Amino acid sequence: MAMLRTPGGPGAPGGTSEPGQASALALAPVGGLPTVGGGIAGARSLRRMARAITSNRKATAGTVLLVFFILVAAFPGVIARDNPNAEIYPRGIGPSLGHLLGTTAFGQDMFAQVVWGTRPVMLIAFGVGIGATVIAMLIGVAAAYLGGAWDGVLNTITDVLLVIPLFPLLIIIGSYLHGAGTVVMIAVITATGWSYTARQLRAQALSLRNRDFLEAARVRGERSLYIIVVEIIPTMTSLLVASFLTNALYAVLFSSSLQFIGLGDPNVTSWGTMLYWAENNEAFQTGLAQWIIVPGLCIVALGAAFALLNYAFDEIGNPALRPVRSMRRNRVKRAR
Amino acid sequence: MRFVLRRLGFFALTLWVALTLNFLLPRMMPGNPALAVIGKFKGGISPQAVKVLEAQFGVGTHQSLVSQYVSYLGNVAAFKFGSSLTTQPGASVGRIVLDAIPWTLGLVGVTTVMAFVLGTGIGILAAWRRGGRLDSLMPPIFVIMTVIPYFWLGLVLILYVGVKLRWLPYFFSYNYTLTPGFTLSFIGNVAEHAILPAFTLLITTIGTWILTMRNTMITTLAEDYVRMARAKGLAGHRIMLDYAARNAILPNLTGFAMSLGFVVGGAILIEEVFNYQGVGYLLLQAVNNEDYPLMQALFLLITVAVLVAILLSDIATAALDPRTRAAK
Repeated sequence: MAMLRTPGGPGAPGGTSEPGQASALALAPVGGLPTVGGGIAGARSLRRMARAITSNRKATAGTVLLVFFILVAAFPGVIARDNPNAEIYPRGIGPSLGHLLGTTAFGQDMFAQVVWGTRPVMLIAFGVGIGATVIAMLIGVAAAYLGGAWDGVLNTITDVLLVIPLFPLLIIIGSYLHGAGTVVMIAVITATGWSYTARQLRAQALSLRNRDFLEAARVRGERSLYIIVVEIIPTMTSLLVASFLTNALYAVLFSSSLQFIGLGDPNVTSWGTMLYWAENNEAFQTGLAQWIIVPGLCIVALGAAFALLNYAFDEIGNPALRPVRSMRRNRVKRAR
Repeated sequence: MRFVLRRLGFFALTLWVALTLNFLLPRMMPGNPALAVIGKFKGGISPQAVKVLEAQFGVGTHQSLVSQYVSYLGNVAAFKFGSSLTTQPGASVGRIVLDAIPWTLGLVGVTTVMAFVLGTGIGILAAWRRGGRLDSLMPPIFVIMTVIPYFWLGLVLILYVGVKLRWLPYFFSYNYTLTPGFTLSFIGNVAEHAILPAFTLLITTIGTWILTMRNTMITTLAEDYVRMARAKGLAGHRIMLDYAARNAILPNLTGFAMSLGFVVGGAILIEEVFNYQGVGYLLLQAVNNEDYPLMQALFLLITVAVLVAILLSDIATAALDPRTRAAK
């Protein structure tokens, strides 16, 4: 399944390859399997995650990058004083102290654009990451828990959505919408993108179905909704985190790609729309290479943050995958 | 046999969903988009084309939604996709699409195969030499490679390799001044034009193959039958290829079968930035020109290609791995 969505082409976020997904798959069998109650297992795996972030170098790098972008998105005004949309400066000048990245062909301060452009990207990443995970969780767990006809219907919907090529579908929807703003972008990517995770969560929930602690809850007379929310879902914390990271990553790549081809709202300042305007104004030919290089690097850095975290959680869940050398080093440390 | 039938049923269901999406999407959107196009081109296109458009998008007809739907399905079943509105006004959509397919198959198809072969090979080696340079230093780099947006890498390569260094051509699939034909110089020219887009695609897709293969292979290497092979004193390359890789390759093979389906959709954004006239480029042209009949036909083509690939890969997996037959 690793190759299902393709933002750019075969697998890119367009085409064929879904990097995060492959690794999320590897995580599946790990999910904090509870021995006691659900809530305790949830808290425990959160604590384990915190420890992992400090001990795994990839996780540390991913966390630092992610926190950096969150801060920039939260307080852009502190970092860049200029109004990102004001077309008041000399046009197309190179980097200087006054304009760290120079100005665009319209006379906007490019540094301010990059900084303020972080916010919509982060909103889309978190909106889709959370939204898709919640939908996947409800549908996947409901399918597994309710079983029978419910499972058949929900599972079929999931599978159908899973195989429809996502990026072309997003392009088609985007072309009918004429300029999707941030909220519409979140809604469309969420509505089309939850199926992969739903499938994983269903598999995990299926494996729990006949556990004693669920039987106990049933005997106590708890309602299905209570059992799903309080007993089953907390046991899936690590899967849910992986799902958030994967979906957030694809949201960044998909939305930037859509904005680049002009299917986003061109008046929203974000990395993807910067690339759109840069390409339309032949930034390379006019000596404004940074107009293309910088927003692209930002996309790569944010994507890397999500992907590195996801990969690191794979290693944490499956110790066999960890770098050999660091395993040896730990052993030495422990021996001392 | 039951397995195959079930997969065929799923194939038909998904196809139906894709068709229905194609039918419903324009009708669900605020302000029927076809109205805008018809308004814009009134007078510019033949009355016949207007009629086709109206039928396709449910404008100005007094038919009920259901009967529109039935005639739409009938048209698709007869491979009637209408004619292009704006991209190549009047030309049949089928013709335009058929012209674009070979270019995409050539560029994206060959590159996909290359990425799979190279990536799988590197993954095998990385897992086999556990702790070596390939295994310990490279994975984070492969992870980052998978998140580079292709279109951006394409733009950067165009600037540095194409515009500044002038090493390689970066526009269209061959030099305009040449006449297409099976001559050595023309084929060489096509190959030269394919290098940059292919390289872009390779860099951004190979990481996934490497990481999936490496991670599965590491798990496989811990199996008892691998230890047994070692105990028997078999040669290293035999253990690596015949024992470990052979069993670890299944996830990669399934992924490969599916990505072959995605080949037809093309590397949409790569074709766009390199102006390479394949299916993906055509799709974006149709989108930019609001050429809805062409756009619908392309979406359908891309979906069908993926569905066929998935069907074949399911059957192949079932044939290769008996466990999957029972599991479903």
